[in-house]
Amino acid sequence: MTTDAIVIVGAGHAGGRTAEALRAAGVTAPIHLIGEERYPPYERPPLSKELLTGKIAIEKTFIQPEAFWAEQAITLHLGMRVEAIDRERRLVRLAGGATLDYATLVLATGGRPRRLALPGVESPRVRYLRDIEDTRALQAAIAPGTRVTVIGAGVIGLEVAASARILGAAVTVLEVAPAPLGRVVERAVGDWFLALHRRHGIDMRMGVGVQAIRDGAGGATVALADGGVVEADLIVIGVGIVPNTELARDAGLEVDDGIVVDQFGRTADPAIYAVGDVARSFHPLLGRHARLEAWRNADNQPRAVARVIAGGSEPYAEVPWMWSDQFDVNLQVAGLPRVVDRTIRRGTDDKFTVIQLAEGIVVGGITVNQGRDMRPIQQLIAKAARVDAERLADAAVPLAQIVKGA
Amino acid sequence: MADGWHKVAQRSKLAEGDIVGASIGDKQVAVYLIGGEIYATDNICTHAYACLSDGYLEGDIIECPLHAGRFEVKTGKALGAPVTQDIAVYPVKLEGDDVMVKLA
Repeated sequence: MTTDAIVIVGAGHAGGRTAEALRAAGVTAPIHLIGEERYPPYERPPLSKELLTGKIAIEKTFIQPEAFWAEQAITLHLGMRVEAIDRERRLVRLAGGATLDYATLVLATGGRPRRLALPGVESPRVRYLRDIEDTRALQAAIAPGTRVTVIGAGVIGLEVAASARILGAAVTVLEVAPAPLGRVVERAVGDWFLALHRRHGIDMRMGVGVQAIRDGAGGATVALADGGVVEADLIVIGVGIVPNTELARDAGLEVDDGIVVDQFGRTADPAIYAVGDVARSFHPLLGRHARLEAWRNADNQPRAVARVIAGGSEPYAEVPWMWSDQFDVNLQVAGLPRVVDRTIRRGTDDKFTVIQLAEGIVVGGITVNQGRDMRPIQQLIAKAARVDAERLADAAVPLAQIVKGA
Repeated sequence: MADGWHKVAQRSKLAEGDIVGASIGDKQVAVYLIGGEIYATDNICTHAYACLSDGYLEGDIIECPLHAGRFEVKTGKALGAPVTQDIAVYPVKLEGDDVMVKLA
């Protein structure tokens, strides 16, 4: 049976953007967008921020108004799970037994929160934050005075801590590493955020492991590895995501902390692509594979891959970039360097830019309340610019000028 | 102010590529000097609370400092996610050295 249909598994930000971009690229074939969640495609950044603090309605997270999908002749299958991919027959099998034929399959299955295997973690007081339902449940459970313990001082942990604090909760953050944001920024910047959260009255405990959670009627006791305890009404665990690669793995596609694809989003199967949080993609500007868990990757990789599916030949080649908003602070990070041998800092104590060099070449950058520096920093990274560190350190020399000379 | 025009900046203090923020009552506007011409838009991004005057101007496109949303300064057009709502633009005139902006 031949079809020209495009089936997209995963109706989150990346899946939705893929469908939208296919239509924008002139594709007229049927498009099926299948998602387990009951909401139409939405973006996740607000979930730990303005949706959690109740500042916006759920609909504000949708990447397009609800009516958009039908208007674009994109068939949404919400609340539907895909059980298997049959690569030989080119179809997917849905829960309940129905099948959908595909000419092209795009896997945008995203990730699920990494679970901690701790005694007591099954308690209803323990929460994770990945989807709208998680956020709604958390928001309903946090009131002024609620004792919230966050396990994990990564981006999500800190954003949840800040949002809970804004809602009036008494917040404790527990982190095994010596400083927050260890995967994202260098130690000095991590320490800066440590101070920021402490200034807002959050009890930040670094270098601390959790041993067990003991639930009780009036609250839970979080037992720490050093023998200490923290009392909590709510425990939010934010220790990363695990990519949803099972469908791909079971279908014999290469997986390695993500579905492995090239710079065009292609797996080894010419009919199957992967995009978004689940994709371990070859990034031309990094010269290696990486799996990016960032908004812009979910927004732009699908656009590039959709154009490839529509017959184009441009790879997805962008400098990795992400942001985090905590209290009134905006953090942005560009690049994904594996080696940094020198950092240059520009700015003041509360508005600054860090530029990361490796062998004299700009490989990464961090801005704190100085987002205007991010465009030139990304341009320097994309050019693999070799720069004069003295000029870089001179705040009187605009970064735009350094880009021009690079 | 007379006939709806408000002074927001001095032309002699603007250099090519500058963006300055100014308040007219409780409205915040951004004033730009691009290619020798002056333009004005709302200063608060339509996506989140950030001043475009803290952003990055490249040619006639302003990038918000918070999440990199981009607008065409001359028309206010939002150029794509994360910004989907256009920014308001205002007429500008020069009276001597005074840069004047007219709110709707």
